[in-house]
Amino acid sequence: MVAEVGVLALQGDFARHQEVLGALGCQVQPIRYPDQLANLSALVIPGGESATISKQLDSSGLREAVVEFARERPVMGTCAGLILMCRDPGDKRVQSLGLLDVTVTRNSWGRQVHSFSTALELHINGRADAFPAVFIRAPRVQEVGPGVEVLARIDGEPVLVRQGRHVGVTFHPELTGDHRIHELFLGAIT
Amino acid sequence: METGSLEVKIGLAEMLKGGVIMDVTTAEQAKIAEDAGAVAVMALERIPADIRQDGGVARMSSPDMIRAIQAAVEVPVMAKCRIGHFVEAQILASLEVDFIDESEVLTPADEENHIYKHDFKVPFVCGARDLGEALRRIGEGAALIRTKGEAGSGNIVEAVRHMRALRSAIRRLTVLEPSQLMAEAKRMGAPFALVEQVAKIGKLPVPNFSAGGIATPADAALMMQLGAETVFVGSGIFKSEDPAARARAVVEATTYYSDPDKLVQASAGLKSAMVGLDISEIPPEERLQERGW
Repeated sequence: MVAEVGVLALQGDFARHQEVLGALGCQVQPIRYPDQLANLSALVIPGGESATISKQLDSSGLREAVVEFARERPVMGTCAGLILMCRDPGDKRVQSLGLLDVTVTRNSWGRQVHSFSTALELHINGRADAFPAVFIRAPRVQEVGPGVEVLARIDGEPVLVRQGRHVGVTFHPELTGDHRIHELFLGAIT
Repeated sequence: METGSLEVKIGLAEMLKGGVIMDVTTAEQAKIAEDAGAVAVMALERIPADIRQDGGVARMSSPDMIRAIQAAVEVPVMAKCRIGHFVEAQILASLEVDFIDESEVLTPADEENHIYKHDFKVPFVCGARDLGEALRRIGEGAALIRTKGEAGSGNIVEAVRHMRALRSAIRRLTVLEPSQLMAEAKRMGAPFALVEQVAKIGKLPVPNFSAGGIATPADAALMMQLGAETVFVGSGIFKSEDPAARARAVVEATTYYSDPDKLVQASAGLKSAMVGLDISEIPPEERLQERGW
């Protein structure tokens, strides 16, 4: 069965996630309306500006619909998407959805001139593999709740977390052509 | 860890897609823009409509003003330098603006050369009226292209002209034979390797936004339907009668650019847009789009 996966398309690099998910054989839908969620198996919240997407979640009526969706189906957020999924983004300009028991600080590495790429170690299924990661004005994870697994770190700080079926990433696996994190996420579809 | 690579520069442009970048001249305006849902703000001393009216030499904004705007908002802050003025660019880079716009809206400092943008860790956005100009800028290191309109005119016609010209030229490249590409590169005055790349992928190798003349939600949606990935709105917001409401409406129109019912909602209840200029009223020597080579 081909999984139908949505990418929240209110703002950000949603088209890049659509390309990756399409390459992995999913049927992909850009999501701008609450009634589009009904038939999806999973949802991705892309990178972008978290305060902008937060406002568009309210004006679109998608906020409650996404929270409801996440009760039974997997959601992955990258960068701004993780900020929106967290318990507390530490900034009242962003109203987060509380899907992951972590707190974050926005734009925590500094302005764009401090954005960077690096190879990090991905810890999945008892293996450690190199993964290319691009951090763009990235958030930092501060507190991690007891039910949250950390699957990759930089200098000890969590950059890839999983809680049950949900995944949060501070960097952009949609930009570097390596699809393993998307595959990991899709593995949570039941 | 590698900073300042082209991948990292283009990465920020990717994050701005589907959004609205707004010109602001004060910290207060920057907050209004951010509250309305702007994905970034462009800090400048005078908006293009005022530059056009006041005349004189238009330069980079003062560091004080840029710092005040950086302190006021969390979204990326962009700023403009003059074409070819690499020292203004060095100053903006030292201020850690998130994007530098080497812009024809300011008075050019070099009538032959643009800045060699590969030298900088901060990404650059440049304007273009056609594919040749876009590829020359990308060759110099631009991480983002905005097709030019006529800034400060409130008239969308030039933005449409240049977006259509760029898109048509790209489509044309994709159907040419490889043996024809060198002649095409020569005709356009564009680097051959980039011409080959565009012919293969059917789009620019960097994101393509639109700027200049966008005054209404419908204008923003028009540019998105024509292929823009994000819009810059300059004078259109803070020269209108209700900047906050208009800013919010343009953001909605950019997300729902292909949904006429949503565009009705976004367009309803707004006060007057900025007064527009017919392009024939602007003498050729005063047209900002002509700057850049």
